[in-house]
Amino acid sequence: MDHKSIARLITLLENTPEKAKEILSNLPRRTAPVIGFTGSPGVGKSTLIDQVIAKLRSSGKTVAVVAVDPSSPFSQGAFLGDRVRMKKHFLDDGVFIRSMASRGALGGLNESIYDVVELFESVGFDYVLVETVGVGQAEVEVRYVADVVVLVLSPGFGDEMQLLKAGIMEIADIYVVNKADLVGTDSLYDQLVSFLTFAGRDVSSVVKTSALNAQGIEELVNKITTLWEKFAETGKLKELRKQRLKHHAENLARRTLQKYLSLADLEDPYEGVEAALRSMCERLKNGQGGGT
Amino acid sequence: MKKYRILIAKPGLDGHDRGAKVVAHALRDAGFEVIYTGLRQTPEQIVKTAIQEDVDLIGLSILSGAHLQLSKKVIDLMKKEGIGHVPVFVGGIIPPDDVPKLLEIGVCRVFGPGTPLSRIVQEVKEVLEGVTSASGS
Repeated sequence: MDHKSIARLITLLENTPEKAKEILSNLPRRTAPVIGFTGSPGVGKSTLIDQVIAKLRSSGKTVAVVAVDPSSPFSQGAFLGDRVRMKKHFLDDGVFIRSMASRGALGGLNESIYDVVELFESVGFDYVLVETVGVGQAEVEVRYVADVVVLVLSPGFGDEMQLLKAGIMEIADIYVVNKADLVGTDSLYDQLVSFLTFAGRDVSSVVKTSALNAQGIEELVNKITTLWEKFAETGKLKELRKQRLKHHAENLARRTLQKYLSLADLEDPYEGVEAALRSMCERLKNGQGGGT
Repeated sequence: MKKYRILIAKPGLDGHDRGAKVVAHALRDAGFEVIYTGLRQTPEQIVKTAIQEDVDLIGLSILSGAHLQLSKKVIDLMKKEGIGHVPVFVGGIIPPDDVPKLLEIGVCRVFGPGTPLSRIVQEVKEVLEGVTSASGS
């Protein structure tokens, strides 16, 4: 499919999510590695993705990127600036980059992200990269969208207390210490290794990179690819995709509920809501679908 | 609900983007989703970006004096790639004599130095709403 059609479809998915099923069901189902990049603002996610694209392209893979930046809570406008770091791929037909505003969604992404990722898979990209907004400690939605989650950290990130906190630290499969050209890299690396050791997790999931100097990128891409292949072989991928469907459904449910509640003239918050939801859930559990 | 997306791009070789960023900021505050390309973009890069981002409007910021050539190149390329319907405005150091020439090339608005941001926002809204009603979507 040509880039113009893909771009138009993304706009449709974003603006009229209720038509997503119609749009997507006309496309073939395909599975491609979906890799999430998350981390605080300014750790170098976009620059790192830029290097990862270059590496994947050098082995002939096509790459789709969706980069999310925050929407203003006041004006609903957004400044989408992640592309600035990915300039060298603008003319490459094997790369499709789309900027997206978070549009008020919590979790570091945009509500239509599940549909957009599915679209990118369907139209045949070999890899789909998802960049979250620069997140804090609790934006963990990317865990459900991506097969492999890369958490990008950089020196100056904080002390080891940060590593011990619940949330963002727990959801990653691969930990990147980016800006490894800066002072403080080794101590962050050591803290990460001891954190992972303490948690009984795989210490080899830590990579030092310097996106600016293209250092450590090959190692990172190898880790990502190997891990995805391992997930595909062991059946973990299937599990992850099941979770993705559930969270997609949860998003849909929330949106639908909000829509109907905004239309309803309630006198009591409990009125009918719980009963209606319970009967809907019963239907879903019995495999009868959610339709009425 | 339709959300307008605007591309702010800097074609050519000048290395100053304060103005482009100020305009991008004002449009952001007016509720638009603004995509910024960064400095020193070729017309080809700008048009490809406009296609992938499916933008409703393109703003070119040009301080180099090459506004006639660059705007023409971008607009010609847009037509060739099938996005000739997307309006283009130009901002920057533009001699008044060149304004009619730019409009003739197909630029919809020209904003010289000192244009109040409120006027840019207002005219951008007019252009977008004009386009919407004309295409009936």
